[in-house]
Formats: sequence, C-alpha cells, structure tokens
Amino acid sequence: MSDLEQFRAETRTWLEANCPAEMRSPMKRETDGCWGGRNWVFKSEDQKLWLERMAAKGWTAPSWPKQYGGAGLSRAEDKILKQEMKRISARPPLLSFGIWMLGPALLKFGTEEQKMRYLPEICRGEVRWCQGYSEPNAGSDLASLATKCEDKGDHFLVNGSKVWTSYADEADWIFCLVRTDNTGKKHHGISFILFDMETSGVSTKPIKLISGRSPFCETFFEDVKVPKENLVGERDKGWSIAKYLLTHEREMIGDSGNLKPVAQMVAEMGVTPDATLQAKITALTIDEWAFSQTMSRMLAEAKAGASLGAKSSMLKYYGTELNKRRYEVMMDAAGYDGLEWESERSNDGDLARLWLRTKGNSIEGGTSEIQLNIIAKHILELPGT
Amino acid sequence: MGLLLTDDEKMLKESAEGFFTDKAPVSQLRALRDDRDATGYSKQLWADMAEMGFTGVLVSEAEGGFDMGFMAAGLIAEQMGRNLTASPFLSTSVLAATALKSAGDEKAANLLPDLVSGKTVMALAVDEGRKHNPDAIEMTASPSGNGFKLNGKKAMVVDGHVADQIIVAAQTEDGLTLFVVPADANGLNTERTIMVDSRNAARMVFEDVEVTGEQVLGEVGKGADILSASLNAGRAVLAAEMLGASAQVFEATNEYLKERKQFGKIIGEFQALQHRMAHLYCELELARTAVYAALTALDNNPKSAAPFVSMAKAKLGSVAKLAALEAVQLHGGMGMTDELDIGLYLKRIRVAQELLGDADCHIAKINN
Repeated sequence: MSDLEQFRAETRTWLEANCPAEMRSPMKRETDGCWGGRNWVFKSEDQKLWLERMAAKGWTAPSWPKQYGGAGLSRAEDKILKQEMKRISARPPLLSFGIWMLGPALLKFGTEEQKMRYLPEICRGEVRWCQGYSEPNAGSDLASLATKCEDKGDHFLVNGSKVWTSYADEADWIFCLVRTDNTGKKHHGISFILFDMETSGVSTKPIKLISGRSPFCETFFEDVKVPKENLVGERDKGWSIAKYLLTHEREMIGDSGNLKPVAQMVAEMGVTPDATLQAKITALTIDEWAFSQTMSRMLAEAKAGASLGAKSSMLKYYGTELNKRRYEVMMDAAGYDGLEWESERSNDGDLARLWLRTKGNSIEGGTSEIQLNIIAKHILELPGT
Repeated sequence: MGLLLTDDEKMLKESAEGFFTDKAPVSQLRALRDDRDATGYSKQLWADMAEMGFTGVLVSEAEGGFDMGFMAAGLIAEQMGRNLTASPFLSTSVLAATALKSAGDEKAANLLPDLVSGKTVMALAVDEGRKHNPDAIEMTASPSGNGFKLNGKKAMVVDGHVADQIIVAAQTEDGLTLFVVPADANGLNTERTIMVDSRNAARMVFEDVEVTGEQVLGEVGKGADILSASLNAGRAVLAAEMLGASAQVFEATNEYLKERKQFGKIIGEFQALQHRMAHLYCELELARTAVYAALTALDNNPKSAAPFVSMAKAKLGSVAKLAALEAVQLHGGMGMTDELDIGLYLKRIRVAQELLGDADCHIAKINN
C-alpha cells in the first residue's frame, strides 16, 4: 500500500469513528454551519464534538503547518481528506473567514509572533473574524478606500466606515484595510491591520438584503485605538496583501465544485421537466460539468500551493454567473411554488431567498465586470488602463 | 486524471503543430479551393500524414498502426483545426478506423493495413436527411440470393467523392447492418458536394446495389454498436478540431484588437470589446476541458463515454460558433473579406457544428 493509500484508509476509519451522525447531512444554508467564536452557541452537542475532534487532528485547516494548528497535509492528502469527508457527506467542522481569508494572508505576510498568536485559535474555532474591505465610496474601486489610520506614537487611531462586512455583528475580530497615507497614488498608503471588534468606538449595523436576510453589515470606527503590533506586513504596502487575498477569495467564491447539480435540485423539488425545461437543464448540466472539470484542471496546472493568478478571475466570473443561471432555471422549474415567501411548503421562501442571494455572487469579491477587466488586461494583454 | 497532458502527449502536440503549420497551413486550403482541386485535399499531405503515423493513430500495432488512443487523435485534430487542414483524417483514420476496429472481424483486419498506409480512403455513409440522425436510417438491405440489395439515399458522406470504400449503414430484417461497399459498385451513384467550408462530401444514391455476406462489417443486424462507437470517436475528435479552429480564430482576433486603430485609439482599449473577448476566453477554457475530458473518457472506457462525448460536442457546438461570430464582428469590415482567413474559420466551424450532431442534437441525446 502506498503512503497515500495508507492515508486514505486511516482517514476513512477515523472519520467513520469520529464524525457524529448529525454532522453527516448536508447543510441547507451557511447559517446551519458552525462559525465558532467567543459568543458561539453550538446548535447541538454533535456540532461541538465534531469541531473539537477535527480541531484536535488539525483538520479544520488541514494544509496549515502543525505548529499553527493545522495538520501539515500535502496537497494530495488534503484532497483525499476532502474526498473522504464528501464520501460520508460530512459537513465542514468550521466555517471561518479566519481559515479562508486571514490565515492565508498571515501565513504569507505575518510575523512569526502574529502567526503563533492568531492562527491556532482560528483553527480551534475560538475567534471569529470578519473582513473590512469595501467602503461606501470604495466598492469596485477598492483602492480608493479612505478609512483613516493615524500614527499616534504608541498606537494607531482609526476613523471611518466599512460596508458589506460579512457577519460583522457576530465577529470577534476584524482584518481591515485602512489608509495610512493619502499623499501618493491610491494603491500606495494602504495598510492591513487587525483589531478586536469589542474595542471602544467600533459599532455595526446589519444591512437587510432583498432576500430578507442580513449576512452583511455596515461597520463604523470612531477613534478606535489599535496597538501597533497589529499591523500585518509593511505599513503603506497593504495593497499587495489585499490583492493576494482577493485572488484567494475569488478562487473560493468561484468554487461551485461541490454544488448540487441543478438536475438533482429540480428532481428533489418533485418537478418532471417538459422538453423545453429539460433542454435548459441539460445545457446547464454541461456547463456545470465543464466548469468543475476546468476548476480541477486549473488547480492541477498551478504548481502545488501556487496561486492561480489572473485565472482565478475566470473561475470567479464563470462560477458566479453559472450559479445565477442555475437559480434562474430552478425558479423556472419551481413555478408558483418558488414564489412563496412565507409558507410552510416553501420553508419560508427557501428557494426564493437563495435565488435572490445569488444575485450578489457576481457583485461581491469583485464584480463580473472587474473580473473581465482583469482577464482582458493580464491574460489577453489587451491595452488600456 | 487526464486533464493535464502527459509528456508524450505534449510531444505529439508539438510535432503535430509543427507538421501542420509547415505542410498544411490555411493557404493550402485556399489553393485547393481556388484551383477547384478534384481531390479536395493534398495527396502529398495525406502521404506525409501516413509517414508521420497520424493515419494509424487509432489502429493497433498488429494491424500496422500505432495505437496511441483518442486523446492523441484529438491532439492531432486540434492542430488540423488551427490550420483548417483538409484531409481524410476524420473520415478514414477516425470514423472508418474505429468502425473496423470495433467490428474486430477478419474483414476489418484485412482492410486496416491499407488504411494505415494511406493507400485506402474510406467514408462512412450514415445520414440521409438534413440533420445528423443515426436513429432514422431508412436505407434498406433486402435479402437477395446469398447477399443483399441496398436501396436508399445518403447525404453528407464526408470524403465520399474520393473514398475507395464506403461503410454504409442500412436496415435489415434483424436491425441495423453495416456494409463495406466499393466506390465503383454497380448501382451506386455518387455526386460530389463541395461544402461551404471548401471541403468535400457526397450525396449517394443506392439503386439495387448488390452486396454479399462477405461485405457485412461485424454481424448482420448488429451494426448499431459498431456505428455508435465510430460516431462517438468522430464526434470527440471533431470537437477537438473545433477547439483548435476556435482557439486560432480567437488568438487572431485578439492580435487584431491590439493593432487596429479607430478614434485615435487601439480598439483593444475599448472595454466593450475587452469584455466580449474575456468572456469568450472563459468559454474556450471550458471547451478545452470538455474536449480533453471526453477524449480521456473514450480512452478509459469507450462504452461509458457517450454522455461525455455528447457534452463535449454540444459545448463545442455553441462555443466554436460564438468564437467564429465574435471573430467576424470584431474584425469589422475586414472580417467580411475573403482576403482574411476569418471567414474560412466561420465556414469550417459551421460545417463542424452540424456534422455528427449539433448542440441541440446532443442535448437531446443526453436527455434520452
């Protein structure tokens, strides 16, 4: 037996023995998952147990080095773990912006001290993070952000506001882009800082979306004091971290590899499609297949651990537009049933709310138009700004 | 997982790239067209392709071939697509070779060596109406003496105008049967049809064409499986050709956008055009994956590959068309001129879209 086969066998046995029954069913929506944090109330004993057991294995962030709370798995091992979890429909033990976003940034740009301080508690699900990027006047043009960060000698003083901060009202800490210099070009003078959301002067206000749900907030900073050691990377040069994370985020948002095929979703609705609808479903099925295979191909092409670079824009653009198309077809299939907003049959508008939520997919994390700009500039090398 | 090219495949791709760019560039197709060439492809090129081993790519070593598999055949076709190379590769080396291989009988073993050497050109006669529909074959093979008499019509027999042997699908009492019929058989009337892409096919009328049991490929009434193996091979390889043609026309368009000036600007600076190109780039990446995945599926297990082949042919049907249409539009008036090659790509892609089933046809196949 090769090392990888051995790893697969051990992983399978361990998961069988340790994944609680309730954690072996797909999440209906992301709020069903475990987000962790200081104020987290576990939805069940199984949810708690699953997080603890996986964290103890280092498998909440399997590819991170062991000393930071990960398991140091190779790319191949990481893939096997994912496959084995999928095999038993195991939920991810922890949904975490700390793991998805901040971790990769700290691993690349953080000091040893910062890594030791923040990463292990992220892996254990003890601290919940949110991301402070967009501002009311800096959306697609993110680099024009203006949240002011002044050097007050022994600390920074932050004033300004952020918008579209995911779950800011539930997060413990924020990683935030701020302006430390506004005298040069807009990409210069941005810094990447971390601070506790309980710091005096921080307040949040949920934004109600067209789906009726509020996964995002406005976040306000009024004379917020931030210790100087909370600066990540070089002062004024935070844009490179931001760009790195945006690339990372795009790969994540574009990742519809684990989405349930639209044909299956429609079948589960109990709909028998007529020929016209069936043709639409099949056309989408082809794109779902071609897209997920393309994602695998691109990941295989990128050297182990290397970033996909501008190709992540392709995955983000195509994946989010595809998801929007999927939900349009599902709404077509559902007909009147899909329009029920408050009713027992619709589980209070489950499909309609998800359909509405997908409209944001091609806006958040850089709009489709921004992704097309990036492809045109960096891959097609077309001229212009 | 077959999505990335192996070193061998990369080498084959490079050698095919060099070969077709050198021996069969677009100018060759143009010359064949303008000279109203009787064959419709360069015989010298076909001999050179045999020399390179391309003609035997799907044939086993025992029969003189190189047994390199479908992925290899696709990589060759992709380069032919880039150069709009005219040759009997699809008809003979893919469709006929796969049918013979799939029949696996003595007749096939006897025919294959000449097919590999480039001596014999073979054509597959399946479709009869306006659209690809192997489920609607009406041609009959009625018992006559020790053999059969073939009656009916065939259309879009690729390379049928020059083929030495035709593999014909006809209905017998026991089901679909394939026959190998020499081009000069009595009662066979062949009309060369020059297609919009300057490549050639034939309309054929069979009037009491007598065939013996010896001419049955495989077994009587068991032609459907052989035919479907052949068609799936053809569809996947044709999709690869379409990928090459689309990629080439896309790159040419991208270069044009970097040169052409209007309003004092390089037109590639205009966001309206950039976004169209960027979208097309994404579609082409998906198309590439689909083609390679289908070819890999055929190499892994031809019996279960049909849905993947249909997905790839359907995807290429729509993506290649988009690439061709965008190329013409983004080249402006120049795209409408015969002087530029863009129109030749539009024409070839239109034919390849239709041939062996368009996107609608394959979506319907997947649904059934």
